[in-house]
Amino acid sequence: MQIFPCPFCGDRNETEFHFAGELGNVRPDTTGDISAAEWSTYLFTQRNEKGAVHEVWMHTPCAELFVLERDSVSMEVTGSRALRETAK
Amino acid sequence: MSHYSAWSVFLEGLRAGKGWGKAWRSPKPKSAYDVVIIGGGGHGLATAYYLTKNHGVKNVAVLEKGWLGGGNTGRNTTAIRSNYFYPESAALYDKSVQLYEGLSRDLNYNVMFSQRGMIVCAHSEPEMEMAARQCNAMQLNGVDAEMLDADQVRRFEPALNFSPSMRYPIHGAVLQKRAGTGRQDAVAWGFARAADAAGGDIIQNCEVTDLIIEGGRCTGVNTSAGEIKAGVVGAAVAGHSSVLAQMGGYELPITSYVLQAFVSEPIKPVLNGVTLCPPFGTYASQSDKGGLVIGGGLDRVPSYGQRGNMPMQEAVLSAFCEMFPSLAKVKLLRHWGGIVDVTPDSSPIIGPSGVEGLYLNCGWGTGGFKAIPVGGYLLAYLLATGSHHSLSRPFGLDRFETGRLIDEAASSGIAH
Repeated sequence: MQIFPCPFCGDRNETEFHFAGELGNVRPDTTGDISAAEWSTYLFTQRNEKGAVHEVWMHTPCAELFVLERDSVSMEVTGSRALRETAK
Repeated sequence: MSHYSAWSVFLEGLRAGKGWGKAWRSPKPKSAYDVVIIGGGGHGLATAYYLTKNHGVKNVAVLEKGWLGGGNTGRNTTAIRSNYFYPESAALYDKSVQLYEGLSRDLNYNVMFSQRGMIVCAHSEPEMEMAARQCNAMQLNGVDAEMLDADQVRRFEPALNFSPSMRYPIHGAVLQKRAGTGRQDAVAWGFARAADAAGGDIIQNCEVTDLIIEGGRCTGVNTSAGEIKAGVVGAAVAGHSSVLAQMGGYELPITSYVLQAFVSEPIKPVLNGVTLCPPFGTYASQSDKGGLVIGGGLDRVPSYGQRGNMPMQEAVLSAFCEMFPSLAKVKLLRHWGGIVDVTPDSSPIIGPSGVEGLYLNCGWGTGGFKAIPVGGYLLAYLLATGSHHSLSRPFGLDRFETGRLIDEAASSGIAH
C-alpha cells in the first residue's frame, strides 16, 4: 500500500486517489479554428514519460484536484501541490 | 535446425538428449539489414517469421534488449480468444485464433494451444440481454459463440460459485469454444526458431538507444552493440512504445500501466476452461502444470515499474475467492506485473508511425498475447509492402484524428 500526499488533507492511502491526466495538457481555444490534428493531440496524445512525471490527480474524499510529482518507474512521490500553486 | 518429431524425441531419448542443438543461433549484428524489428517479444519475433515466410524477406534482424519473451510475452495469462464486438476487432482477433490453430504444425514447435473454451459470465437479467447482444454480434462476425444458461455454466465449470448468496449470482454466460490457452514461452521460442531457420538474425542483449533519422526518414538504429542500418524499421515494444516515440519525435496516444497476474501452487485438474466474471474484474484458468492462472484489470496508476502491488492484488484475489470459494485456500506461487500500452479505445495501433520508414505494432494493452500471430502477420505485411493489409487498415494511428475509434473497452467486459 503506497501513501500519496494530498495538499489539503495530508498523507492518505493510494486507493483514495484517482489519476486525472498529465499536467500541461491545455484545451485549445475553441473560439478560433482548430485543426483535427490539434484537437486529436489535445484529446489523445500522451507524453507517457518514463521517469519523472507531473500529473493531475484527484483526492476523491475531498474531491480536490492537485499536482502530483512522482517517478513512473520507482513510484516514489517527489512532490504534491495545489493546482494554483506554481512549481517550486 | 533439426526437425522436431516424436521420432526425434525417441532417438534423443536413446542418446540422453546429447544431440539437441541450439534452437536458434546468436549471431553478431550485421551493419545493415533490409528490415530491423525492435523488440524480441512475441510480436517482434512473429513479424520476423512472417517476413521470411510470406514475403521472402530474409535479411531481417530482431533486436531485443533483454532476453526473448522476457517482457509481456512472458508475463501474461496465456488466454487466446476472439470474443470481440466490432467487426474490425472480430476480423483481427479471429485471424489470430486461426493462425494459432495451425501454429504448432506451422512452426514445428508445440505452442500447446489448448482450445478448452472461455466463458464470460452474466450476473443479472439485464446482463443476460447484453450477453445475448454480444453473442449475436460474434455470430454475425463469423466467430463461434453460444449462450449458456446457469445450468450449462455449471456443467462447463462446476467449481464456480452457484450459491444464491454470491455477491453477483451467475445467470448464464457467453461461451467461445475455440478460445483457450497457450504456452507463452513456446510461442516466442517457436517463432524465434522458425525465423532463425529461415535466415533471420535474432539478437538478444542489444538495446536500441536511438533511432537514426535522416531527412525525415528512419534509416536505422543506434544500439548498445553499435549502429545498425535498415531499409525499414518495425517497432513492437509494447509498454515502452512512448519511450521509442520520444526518440523518433512522433506522438502516440498511449498510457503505460502495470497489469498484474498470479499463479498458484500446482493442484489437480479442477478448472476446465477460462472464466471471466466482468463485475468482479477477474478471470482464471488452470495451466497444464496445474497452477491456477489468475488475472484482473489494469492498475490505477500509470507506471513503468514491472512489478505488482497490494491494492490490485487484494481486489483480484478477493474476487477470485468469491468466484471459486473452494479454491480460496490454495497458496499463491508467483505474482508479477508487466507494462502494458493502453490506447484510448483499447484497440491496437498497427501502421505507419508518421516517420517515414518506421512502422508500429503497439497499443495492444492487456490483450497482446492472443494477437501475437496476427500482429506479426500484419506488421510483416506493412514492412514488406509499405501499405496496409485490409485487416490492419482500421487500426492505423490516423483513427485518432478521423474519430473512427474502435472502442472495445466496454464490449470485452473488462478494463483491458
